[in-house]
Amino acid sequence: MSAAVDIGLAPMLPRPARITRVVKETADTFTLHLEPPDGKLAFMPGQFNMLYVFGVGEVPISISGDPDAPEVLVHTIRAVGAVTKALMAMVPGDVVGVRGPYGNAWPVGEGMRRDLVVVAGGIGLAPLRPVIYHALSHRADFDRVYVLYGTRTPSDILFEEELRAWRARFDMEVELTVDRGLAGWSGRTGVVTTLIERADFAPESAVAMVCGPEVMMRFAARELAQNGVEEERIFVSLERKMKCGVGLCGNCQLGPELLCRDGPIYPYSRARRLFAVREL
Amino acid sequence: METHSLARALAQNTLLTKLSMDHLEFLSGCAKNVRISAGEYLFREGEDANELFLIRRGVIALEVYAPPRSTMSAETVGSGDLLGWSVLFPPHTWSIDARVLEDALLFSIDGACLRKKLEADHDFGYHLMRVVLEHVHRRLERLRLQQLDVYRTESI
Repeated sequence: MSAAVDIGLAPMLPRPARITRVVKETADTFTLHLEPPDGKLAFMPGQFNMLYVFGVGEVPISISGDPDAPEVLVHTIRAVGAVTKALMAMVPGDVVGVRGPYGNAWPVGEGMRRDLVVVAGGIGLAPLRPVIYHALSHRADFDRVYVLYGTRTPSDILFEEELRAWRARFDMEVELTVDRGLAGWSGRTGVVTTLIERADFAPESAVAMVCGPEVMMRFAARELAQNGVEEERIFVSLERKMKCGVGLCGNCQLGPELLCRDGPIYPYSRARRLFAVREL
Repeated sequence: METHSLARALAQNTLLTKLSMDHLEFLSGCAKNVRISAGEYLFREGEDANELFLIRRGVIALEVYAPPRSTMSAETVGSGDLLGWSVLFPPHTWSIDARVLEDALLFSIDGACLRKKLEADHDFGYHLMRVVLEHVHRRLERLRLQQLDVYRTESI
């Protein structure tokens, strides 16, 4: 066992973490609060963990909690497959395996003394929530802060209470839109890119962080670039099936990139070429 | 005097920056400022389409009455959007409801007056229709993305 650790396999060993709280976010999305294996798990905004449901399997899940509160490990998960559905069935007291954190981070330092534009689509808000927490707890480091969020329907809105609280603040702008404005909806309807063209950030100095389905990121990044944001300052989070988390298995290879090790966050100037290759 | 100041105001609108001052002056003869409060309808499905609107400020929901689910919001438009292409094409009837969500300030361009000017000056007509077409193109791109339902099967 110790030999295995010595040859660098420790990152492959899941460590047990107990669930302390489960928050139902939407019909198919929930947030798990975990007790980190060693009492705390430091991470950077944008990093992910591999969560292991014993006897079922392992999935990569972005950390959605506050990087300044590493004593609680928070993951927001959409139940779409066997492992995530098994995670959804878990209750406080249950134990999962945790490996990580892995991957690179949203470059929050790039946003210092600049307008920060967070563009999220669907569950893409979860990997960006640590960025928002960071920006709010280091508010003086940033100029204007924008959160532009698009999702499918009003009932798919994540972190609704938090969004409302952020919206009530005077030091940030939060705009929300849904693709399908069902009966009773009196907010904005339309794609998230429409929020970009209406936000009054300073494009020449803004830094943008975009997360959501790949097609949404492509359109959002293009809209940001067309509005004058430099491609080097638009960041996107690429997604492929991560397995080992440490760049060994090659499962998440995208062209020359191993997303779990080199990514998942890339400047649009680099990601644009990867978006364009259909075979990848 | 009034049309001069309206032309200058129209020139500030991002959609119309490609129109010459002469064309803006020509267009301003059909234009007026309109304010409408949140909760009011700008127009409703089935009514005659008599005006083309340029939204300067505010948010307007384009809604469809779809029983038994009641009214559904198909799209919201806001500052910088052009609303009311139905005024350009027969039968000049609104095909959707437009309900104001946030107090709106608009340029209203009289439909009959505009159609007359489009016929009278084809150079003006060409340039104005280019503006309309560019905007329609942008709106179609947005709607295409909206129709893809990209959040339905995602997993992050």
